[in-house]
Order: sequence, then C-alpha cells, then structure tokens
Amino acid sequence: MNAPAESAPGLKSGDAGFITTRLQALKEWGRRNSLWPMPFGTACCAIEMMATLSSRYDLARFGAEVIRFSPRQSDLMIVSGRISIKMMPVLIDIYNQMPEPKWCISMGACASSGGVFDTYTLVQGVDQFIPVDVYIPGCPPRPESLVDAVMLIQEKIKRGERQTKLYDRTTHPLDFEPVALVSDAVQAPPALTGSHHSLPNKDAQTARELDWNTAANIARREGKALPLGSG
Amino acid sequence: MSFDFEKLQRAVRERFDSEVLEWTVFREQHCLHLAPERIVDVLRFLRDEPAFNFAMLTDVTALDHLKLPASMEHWARERFAVVYHLNSLEHGARLRVKAYVPEEPCEIDSVSGVWASANWGEREVFDMYGIVFRGHPDLRRILTPDHFDGHPLRKDYPLKGRGERDNFPKYTEIPERG
Ligand code: SF4
Repeated sequence: MNAPAESAPGLKSGDAGFITTRLQALKEWGRRNSLWPMPFGTACCAIEMMATLSSRYDLARFGAEVIRFSPRQSDLMIVSGRISIKMMPVLIDIYNQMPEPKWCISMGACASSGGVFDTYTLVQGVDQFIPVDVYIPGCPPRPESLVDAVMLIQEKIKRGERQTKLYDRTTHPLDFEPVALVSDAVQAPPALTGSHHSLPNKDAQTARELDWNTAANIARREGKALPLGSG
Repeated sequence: MSFDFEKLQRAVRERFDSEVLEWTVFREQHCLHLAPERIVDVLRFLRDEPAFNFAMLTDVTALDHLKLPASMEHWARERFAVVYHLNSLEHGARLRVKAYVPEEPCEIDSVSGVWASANWGEREVFDMYGIVFRGHPDLRRILTPDHFDGHPLRKDYPLKGRGERDNFPKYTEIPERG
C-alpha cells in the first residue's frame, strides 16, 4: 500500500495539510465570496436587480445570491431606484442597522444623481447621505453592470478598503445643520399666488409630534434630552 | 344597453338648475360643470337615484387653471376645479363632474360622507393643490412628508421645489435612546 505515497509524495500523508496566510486575507476572502445583499429597490432599476439575481445572470456565481430583507443579516446595500425625501430617512435607518463592515452600490442614474427626476421631492444622489462605494450609470443599468459592480466591490474588499465610519453629523462632508422645518431653511422662496394652507394647527409643537426624527433633531439642536419613541 | 345621458341631464337640471353651469360632451365623455355650493347634494343625488346609480367614485382630482393659454381661457371659470369621476356599475356609464373652486377661499365641502373612497382622494387633492375640504374627517397630507410646506401641483410651484430636497428633516447618525 505504499505506492501512492511514493508517486505523489506528501499528498495523502498529512505533510501538506495546511497553507499559511494572514488571518486578515482569509477573512477578506470569505467576505468577498459571500456577500449578502440588502436590496433597496424602489423603482424600475429593481427589476434589473431581480433579473441579475435570477437564473439567467445568476449572481450566485459571485456568492451573493442570498438576498436578505433584514439589514441585520446583510453587508451590501444595493440602492436601486429613486429615493424621495420621504424615503431617505428610512434608507439611512436601514443602512445604519446593517452591521459593519458594509458596502453600498448606488445603482442607476436616479440613485446616483436624481436622474431625469430633477424635481422638488427627489433626493439628488443618495451619496449626500450615505457613503457609496460603487456607482452604476445607466437607466436602467444592464444586469452585466450590476455584476461588474459586485466584482468591483469584491476588489475593494480584497484591497481591504471599507467604510469604517457611519456618516454621522460630525463626519458628514457637507457638514449641514439638521433643519426641523422646511420653512426654516427656505431662502427667499419664489412668491406664490393664492393662499397656501398649512397643516391644521401647524406650529413648532405639532412639528415636534410629527415624527421622532424631527423631534430628535430639534432636541439635539436645543441641547435637550432626546425624546422617547421608536426611531 | 346604452345609458340615457339626456335623461340624466334633464333630471339634474330640473333639481339643481342654479348649480349647473354647463354640460359638455367630448368624444362621448359627459362632463357636468357645477358651482361648488351644493356639490354634496348633487353627488348624493347622482349616487342614490336608482335610474342613474353612480355607486362608485373612481377618482377625485383637481385642476389649476393658472396661466392657461388664451385659447383655453373659457375653461377657467375659477382658478381651481375639483374633478370627480363617477362610475355607474349597474348602467355601465361614467360621468365626470367638475366643481369650480375660487382661489380665495379655497374651500369646498367634502364628499367623504357620500363615498368612503373620497377620503384619500380628497387628502391627495389637499396635499397637491391646497384645496380644503370642509367636513373631511382627517384632512392631512398623504403623499408628501408631514412637514412639507406648499402644494406642489399648483402651477406657480417651482418644479425643483423651494429647497425641500436639500433641507428636509433627517438624521444621519444612530440616535441614542434617552
Ligand atoms: S435610473 Fe432609470 S431605470 Fe433606474 S430607477 Fe431611475 S428611471 Fe428607473
């Protein structure tokens, strides 16, 4: 029974049963081949994202087929679609809920720049609020582009690049003051004709009750304790 | 079986003559133009009269006639018009009802007591045009965020907004509970 050991020395004898590597490299190898995407599909781009995930383009080939609808279990945010100013706080919430390390793809013209929707209600690029690693141009981008973006993310992971910090108010590149009410921040709005009806009883107090985020911002600005409630 | 719009028109004019401004037909689509004062009575009549039975309100929307081209100015009786789309499932007929609402006071009675489906439709019209529906049970914004200022489908509202998309309440850090 000694013939195989002689023909391939060490192969089955246990002599070559290990390789040496850095632990970090091993972790990155595992991470980049097992990305768990969090789909934030709000519009037509999401259809292409679904196509990418299904059998024809098969994102499983890159180890990223397990779409999680729980941010706690995912590490790759794919923002595919238009994000309105009403949706953006939700997106930030979900992004913040994803555990570190995490990456973000901004898919399509709308997520990256507002696209053709240069209107009053659309966020002109999600990178104003969350860190984006890879932008995909196109309207919508083809599935190949998304596959390419995932491969670029894998490259980034391989190089050990990642966003280590949350974008919080102190590290935000625009360094904005959070505003409580839109009317506070409007500078010389164009004159409107006719009466504009505000919310019934709209005043600062009602604004405070409107949503917890607004209330938290006001409290922070005034140096008060944050309100109780669900964020 | 074709619906007898002649009969409908006669019946409406008979009861609400002072309210009816005009009755127009465009490509077999009938449109009843109304003064706003008795809108609830007229619509309730259209719903309850067995011969017409407009049991379904498909949509409530509105128009802003500001800056209408001169060729179309005859439509602009008032600045706004609230448009109701009615459907008679029994008779297979549709009717459009327009009620003209002035700029000041920008108000009309709510028909959410007639059709429950008017509730959200009227909230949308309030949100987009700022038309106040008197007697509405819950007149809050429905599409734009609660803190939004202004009514974006008004013709004098700038397309790119008045700064909302850059300055909206948001927080960008994980808040501590406290
Ligand atoms: S970029 Fe084009 S395809 Fe993608 S969400 Fe915007 S409009 Fe839709």
